[in-house]
Amino acid sequence: MIAALNVLSALDRKLLRDLWHMRGQVLAIAAVIMGGVATLVMSLSTYDSLTTTRDRFYRDYRFAELFVNLKRAPEPVAERLREIPGIDRLETRVRAGVKLEVAGFADPITGMLLSVPDSGDALLNGLHMKRGRMVQPYSGDEVVLSDTLADAHRLEPGDRIAAIINGKRKALRVVGVAVSPEYVYQIAPGSMFPDFKRYGVLWMGRNALGAAYDMEGAFNNATATLARGASMQEVLDRVDAILGPYGGTGAYPRKDQFSNRFLSEELKQLQTTATIFPAIFLGVAAFLLNVVISRLIALQREQIAILKAFGYTHLAIGWHFVKLVLVVVALGVAAGTALGAWFGRWLADVYQETTFRFPYLDYLLNAGTVLMALLVSASAAITGTLFSVFRAARLTPAEGMRPETPTVYRATVLERIGLQRWLSAPTRMIVRHIERRPVKSLLTVLGISCACGLMMVGNYQKGAIDFMVDVQFRQSAREDLALTFIEPTSGKALHELAALPGVMHVEGFRDVPAMLRFENYSYRSAIFGIEPEGRLHRSLDRDLQPVRLPASGVVLTDHLANKMLHVKPGDLLTVEVLEGKRQVAQVPVLGITQQFLGVSAYMRQESLNELLHEGNVLSGAYLALEPGAEQAVYAELHERPRVLGMVANASAIRSFYATIGEFVLFYNLVASLLAGAIGFGVVYNSARIALSEGGRELASLRVLGFTRGEIAYILLGELAVLALAAIPVGMLVGIGLVGILVQAFESELYRLPLILNADNYASGAAVIVVSALLSGWLVWRKLGKLDLVAVLKTRE
Amino acid sequence: MGIAEQHELVFRARGLTKIYRMGQVEVPALRGIDLELFAGELVVLLGPSGSGKSTLLNILGGLDTPSSGEVFYLDHNLTEAGESDLTQFRRDHVGFVFQFYNLIPSLTARENVAVVTEISQAPMRPEEALALVNLGERLDHFPAQLSGGEQQRVAIARAIAKNPAVLLCDEPTGALDSQTGVVVLEALEKVNRELGTLTVLITHNVGIADMADRVVRLSDGHIVESRANPAKRPAHELSW
Ligand SMILES: Nc1ncnc2c1ncn2[C@@H]1O[C@H](COP(=O)(O)OP(=O)(O)OP(=O)(O)O)[C@@H](O)[C@H]1O
Ligand SMILES: [Mg+2]
Repeated sequence: MIAALNVLSALDRKLLRDLWHMRGQVLAIAAVIMGGVATLVMSLSTYDSLTTTRDRFYRDYRFAELFVNLKRAPEPVAERLREIPGIDRLETRVRAGVKLEVAGFADPITGMLLSVPDSGDALLNGLHMKRGRMVQPYSGDEVVLSDTLADAHRLEPGDRIAAIINGKRKALRVVGVAVSPEYVYQIAPGSMFPDFKRYGVLWMGRNALGAAYDMEGAFNNATATLARGASMQEVLDRVDAILGPYGGTGAYPRKDQFSNRFLSEELKQLQTTATIFPAIFLGVAAFLLNVVISRLIALQREQIAILKAFGYTHLAIGWHFVKLVLVVVALGVAAGTALGAWFGRWLADVYQETTFRFPYLDYLLNAGTVLMALLVSASAAITGTLFSVFRAARLTPAEGMRPETPTVYRATVLERIGLQRWLSAPTRMIVRHIERRPVKSLLTVLGISCACGLMMVGNYQKGAIDFMVDVQFRQSAREDLALTFIEPTSGKALHELAALPGVMHVEGFRDVPAMLRFENYSYRSAIFGIEPEGRLHRSLDRDLQPVRLPASGVVLTDHLANKMLHVKPGDLLTVEVLEGKRQVAQVPVLGITQQFLGVSAYMRQESLNELLHEGNVLSGAYLALEPGAEQAVYAELHERPRVLGMVANASAIRSFYATIGEFVLFYNLVASLLAGAIGFGVVYNSARIALSEGGRELASLRVLGFTRGEIAYILLGELAVLALAAIPVGMLVGIGLVGILVQAFESELYRLPLILNADNYASGAAVIVVSALLSGWLVWRKLGKLDLVAVLKTRE
Repeated sequence: MGIAEQHELVFRARGLTKIYRMGQVEVPALRGIDLELFAGELVVLLGPSGSGKSTLLNILGGLDTPSSGEVFYLDHNLTEAGESDLTQFRRDHVGFVFQFYNLIPSLTARENVAVVTEISQAPMRPEEALALVNLGERLDHFPAQLSGGEQQRVAIARAIAKNPAVLLCDEPTGALDSQTGVVVLEALEKVNRELGTLTVLITHNVGIADMADRVVRLSDGHIVESRANPAKRPAHELSW
């Protein structure tokens, strides 16, 4: 250390000693910078890792660019599709919704069975085999499982499962476990969250599946890639024109493909996170550096003047202080990068485990990300200190030797309105200190309140999810079991279901894919026909009260109406049914409903039946079950050939909480850590600055016989006032930040509710209180070491 | 000697030493001081720079503790007192005046005095104390709005407002010109005369010694002279 010091210039040695002398503050500020850099590095590196992995996966496994489902077309129709100009490669498949049976698991499992070609590799949407092998050509019973389902049930190549395909049980042999670019994100149609135990994708030879699903020589799904320069819209239109007569439900591009769509949304959120949070941290760090460096320069006025007198240039002095700032930044960036990389790796793992499945996830920390963190932090820090450094650099020697003009105090507002009688002299000191520098006091309050706000954001997720689950499952979709029929079925089926032992109540629904259009806007969705006064499945208004569905009109989710179709109640919506006779009708919008998950259009079931020119026909039913009867009902329904799939709410919720547990834990931990860093950074620095500025005063008071407690009151009282003021402000900041998140994360997939409960507020306030107490304690210890004699020997 | 016999003994110091340790180097500031101070006396401490005057005054005032030896204030042994006892001692019995005033910039003249009276047993009113130093008109001015001499008089008012038994002044005129210095000394003299406060005054100006009842001279950590001053002169006659 000493040897190292000797090679440094005298000014650099001063720099190191200054830093050492302020080490507590330096560390506190570096910790705030660390928070910003950590969130930046975490989000950007995870973003980079996910995009790079995704792009590689999509490319290497030939993820399609166009997708279409249809009822059934003979294979030769594919040739017509291939002739469409702009289509590069096109592959047809058979796609079958199935019920699955896994030994030892009684809950209903639904699956999506997809065909793979028997001759040669799949042209598109290749599978990455994690274990085992592909199905053998023309094998009758071999399947490859998606790894999520396999892992959730510990299924390995060689194990046997069964599927109910088209009402017929078929025994299947697992030969491999794979991941597909098409199903990076897997979620059962109509369900709210991924449930790896109860939903999975399976691949089977084209011949075998065709035979089992009555699709020999035909297909009901096609995917394609486009030639370079082709117009997606034109190709989509042509595909629809050809497949319309075959029950095509509308071709859609990759950006609307569900798994890809969800992944893109998540990536967008990471980018938002990479902007908002680092901005807060670095803003606060800039403020703290400003305060600390200004104070340092004020303290070193005379030293600076003397250095100047001895011939140091403006530039040398300015650079000296900039270097000091840069050392703090470097510390923060180094620690932040390490922490961010650790967070990022963890987050990537959590993603891989709970949400997205890639064949591999290479965690990637780009040099560019680190460089960016460094640049952003350094510019924030330098911007924060520019003015003070500039002043120091310009200080003339003569001016510097003169004492600074004394601070002017005034009677405060509180006193001018006649309250001074009630204030003791120490209390007046507190009030005057705060009032003397209103901007600094205000910024301090804002800085501390950021800690509260960040903490609230970090804990927000849990409450929001609870709320969404509550709204979704206890107010809107209150059924215990939702089942879909293999094809539209007469309403009489309800009687049969109601008669099953263990079933308490049954409501039917009809749903049909449809294109909704209004003026230039359109959205491919489905129309849900439900009972107008259903007890199980209800749509909710703005106040989350169930709405009675009006006759012969449609009710839309707020996001769909306001943000996507731009319709308001009273407008006429064009509904193009994408199935069967493909009716087109003008339907009035009669109401707006609130819904956090997905977007839907609701009608009365009978109105929808009418629109479809059909009688009382259902697509499925919602069931309320007697407690304890679940397993028996599942078993009974599993045997019914007309029942295609079942989603059980209670188990879905349970498994959801199990999977998000880790996410919630992750965000809570990150938030607490970082909010703590900000809270402590601001409070501790304010306390140290106050101590530095008021040390002389306080020591004088000690000389006059004030106890340590009494001077602590003056010093910490000021901080306590600022910290207390920061609590309500922080709560507003928290609401604001959550509001920004809610806005930023809004999509048709889901909207987060702006819900903050008492726990959120309490945790935000707690961060402030804890940081204040900790800083108070540290400063209290410093107060014990005040040198009473030293202050008496020196001029101010 | 006459005064010493008539008045109560306030401070008694025996064999006081003070050694500052700075790493390996030891700096002896006091090398065995024996001193007695009596109620009502005005004592001037003289001596070259570095002779230990401030060190001695700080030990008497309970701001510092000696390395060896004993100091008694009445029957309190200050050498054995702990940190909080010393605080209480300063609070109840000692008034300090320093070269650089050490006023609280965020408080007005009146409040700078009140800050002490609020924590004392039987203080005078701040206005009274300020009137005693002829500052009755500048009550609501902040230190930055007062001249050096005025600030020093506020410091004196602050020191005497609690009716202390002792007033310890370390170069109270050190930062002032001779004319302003006289005004400050007059204030001290008045307090000493009217309230009978034991006053110890450190100065570099031999001329000021003329206003003392007794002059104590320090050199290199020793007391080299302690003499009564029968030819005591009022402060307004002094100049330097
Ligand atoms: N905190 C300290 N650390 C080390 N040495 C000190 C300290 N304070 C005082 N000294 C030394 O003790 C000796 C006496 O100092 P003191 O302040 O009592 O002198 P003084 O007589 O008041 O001088 P002056 O007239 O210049 O104020 C000096 O040699 C000084 O260097
Ligand atoms: Mg001295």
